[in-house]
Amino acid sequence: MKSHKLSILLVSGLAIAAAAACGTDDSGNGGDKAGAAPSSAGPVSISVNCEPPKTNKAERATFEEDLAAFQQLNPNIKVSKVTDAFPCYDPRTFEPKLASGELETVFYVNFPNVGRLIESGQAADLTPYVNEIKTFADYNNSIDLFKKDGKIYGLPTDGYGMGLVYNKEVFTKAGLDPNSPPTTWADVQAAAKKIAGLGPGYVGYGEYSGNNVGGWHFTASIYGRGGSVITDDGKKAAFNTPEGKAVLENLQQMRWADNSMGSQLYIDWPALMKAMAGGKMGMMLGAPDVLISLRNDFGGKFENYAIAAQPEAKALFNGGAGYMINPKATPEQIKAGLKWIEYKFLTPGKGQFDYVRAKGADLTVGQPYPDLYGADTPAGQAVNDLRKANANIDAAQFAGWVEGSKGIPAKAEPGPYAQEIYKILDTPMSAVLTRKDANIDQLLSDAESKVNSLLASKG
Amino acid sequence: MTTASIPAAGGGRRQPTRLRRAVRRNVTAYGFLCGALICFGFFSWYPMVREVILSFQKTNFVDPPRWVGLENFRTVVNDPTFGPAWVNTALFTVLALVCGYGIPFVAAIVLNELRHARAYLRFVVYLPVMLPPAVSVLLFQWFYNPDYGLFNQVLDLFHLPGLQWLNSTSTALISLVIVSTWMNMGSGTLIYLAALQTIPSELYEAAELDGAGLFKRIRHVTIPQTKLILLVMLLLQIVATMQVFIEPYLLTGGGPENATVSVVYLMYQYAFNFGNLNAGNALGLMLMLLLMVFSAIYLRVSRDNTV
Repeated sequence: MKSHKLSILLVSGLAIAAAAACGTDDSGNGGDKAGAAPSSAGPVSISVNCEPPKTNKAERATFEEDLAAFQQLNPNIKVSKVTDAFPCYDPRTFEPKLASGELETVFYVNFPNVGRLIESGQAADLTPYVNEIKTFADYNNSIDLFKKDGKIYGLPTDGYGMGLVYNKEVFTKAGLDPNSPPTTWADVQAAAKKIAGLGPGYVGYGEYSGNNVGGWHFTASIYGRGGSVITDDGKKAAFNTPEGKAVLENLQQMRWADNSMGSQLYIDWPALMKAMAGGKMGMMLGAPDVLISLRNDFGGKFENYAIAAQPEAKALFNGGAGYMINPKATPEQIKAGLKWIEYKFLTPGKGQFDYVRAKGADLTVGQPYPDLYGADTPAGQAVNDLRKANANIDAAQFAGWVEGSKGIPAKAEPGPYAQEIYKILDTPMSAVLTRKDANIDQLLSDAESKVNSLLASKG
Repeated sequence: MTTASIPAAGGGRRQPTRLRRAVRRNVTAYGFLCGALICFGFFSWYPMVREVILSFQKTNFVDPPRWVGLENFRTVVNDPTFGPAWVNTALFTVLALVCGYGIPFVAAIVLNELRHARAYLRFVVYLPVMLPPAVSVLLFQWFYNPDYGLFNQVLDLFHLPGLQWLNSTSTALISLVIVSTWMNMGSGTLIYLAALQTIPSELYEAAELDGAGLFKRIRHVTIPQTKLILLVMLLLQIVATMQVFIEPYLLTGGGPENATVSVVYLMYQYAFNFGNLNAGNALGLMLMLLLMVFSAIYLRVSRDNTV
């Protein structure tokens, strides 16, 4: 009898839990705490994220200054909440925040996640409002990443193409000319061999192989060689080609025949960055922001690093980030959010393009990114003029990349299921870096059938 | 039930009195029970029920969720990593059982037999448990480095060739087992040691008088006397190791070539890297059902054996 009563109690508990579960409002209506704005004209309250962390005092101060200036300029807009969680976009917290109404009105997103958020309806449609942004017409093709079926779901605020990051000091030690970085993959291979020959701990060329970053760099490499990861219609894999094979063969050659890649696997983004900042790695594939990150986040000696164009590049993987708006935001909040994005990230001479202030605050000025606008557009010219006039870093560190990348088209992530595809492509990358006898044809063929079945299942 | 069936005419006056007395007698117990029920309800049952519901739905947390039947289950079953993830998890569990079950028991027996430095050695054995798991894992990342790691340097001392440890498909999984065993053996050892210390010394003395050596004493005294705790620990260990996550997440990223992808790691990928929380829930539900069935069978079998 006692166990019977206990059972009733337990079942009641479960039933209450189930009722609570079923009763949860997943539609999210009214869940957005920042959504307290009235629908008619009047004060609008929004929340924003990606305030620089407290450890980055200079950038945090400029952010707060911009926030105050923006609200003074727009007295009817109140920025009610600002968050500084790092990283600004965290896939682990995004959906819980969206479900609980804690997601900011204006939120940061990096390019690899843009397609997925659009596909799953987790970003507001900005199409009716974007023409109010003065510089919108000047955007380069990075805006295409935020478009789907003629609609616009976000705005890029940071963008760059890939290149070859290298350590000039290590080049000099290895008897290589730091002012004449490799321009072909054969040059990279030869240089890597010389660097590895410097002795224990020296790695000629570093590359990723796991946690989806392996697939991400495979994509950057195959784009550079003129290949693709998926077909234009997004329905089939397109990497089992001579270009895909060349990417893997090159790595296999450097790892096993030349022994110039070391034996350490780099399975997440910081791992390779740490190794590069350590000062014994010669080269890696990366965008210009890597140089700044090596300096600010990994303690690298900034003046030792430079970036050249990606060797033999026919297309450059489009990296960067932007901002989207909470899909639960009201039209007034969307307009207010776009005004903040415009003020902080898109206006020459203001916010992130206030290079006079940045120079005074000892922030780096002169790096050739964000690359948001066409070079011949008014906004593009204004940003470039301001950048040149206030540069406080050695432009030569980026010159090879700027000159060598000119005219090379940018190419976007491989569709909304990029992360799943990267996971599949991690396997061939890790195989060639861990097995001397890895069969590249077989690896590409296996990965191809896996990607095909993934894309088929997504319809 | 019995009080409710008492006829109102005959027991009308006695019923509330008895009930009141019963309530008064048990009010403290019910109070404690309510607290526990609320905690379990919010932190265990509610998430479990949500998991079950979400695994049959498609939701973006913006629009109302859609019921999609078994679609999420089909998604994960058709994933090419699904099979390897279960195989790896099963292998990890078996290997972790061989090392992580046997070694702490042996360590506990040795500690129990010691006459000197027992407290110090108990502290040394328990020390790894006090380190945060992430710290332990990162420590082993350094030990496993093929170029300058501790393990290869030790092998080098004996003129043995270095291993690739985490970088090879043949050694990556066992490398994770070693980390897991090292991190968890302290707790197991202490529990076994506590159980060993409850065995009356007369039993050992009698066994010794009968001419039983160390191994016979272990076989005929130690194991039968600690059978219950051994069975419980076995169940707990299997349930825990089937949920291995932190080791592949921090050390290998599931590689090389998916050699260390576990079910929970795949679940994490779905929920957070692929933005498909519902498929992650479906996979979680599969694992939960498997562990529930296993636990039920195990408890049934072990109850039959111990009775």
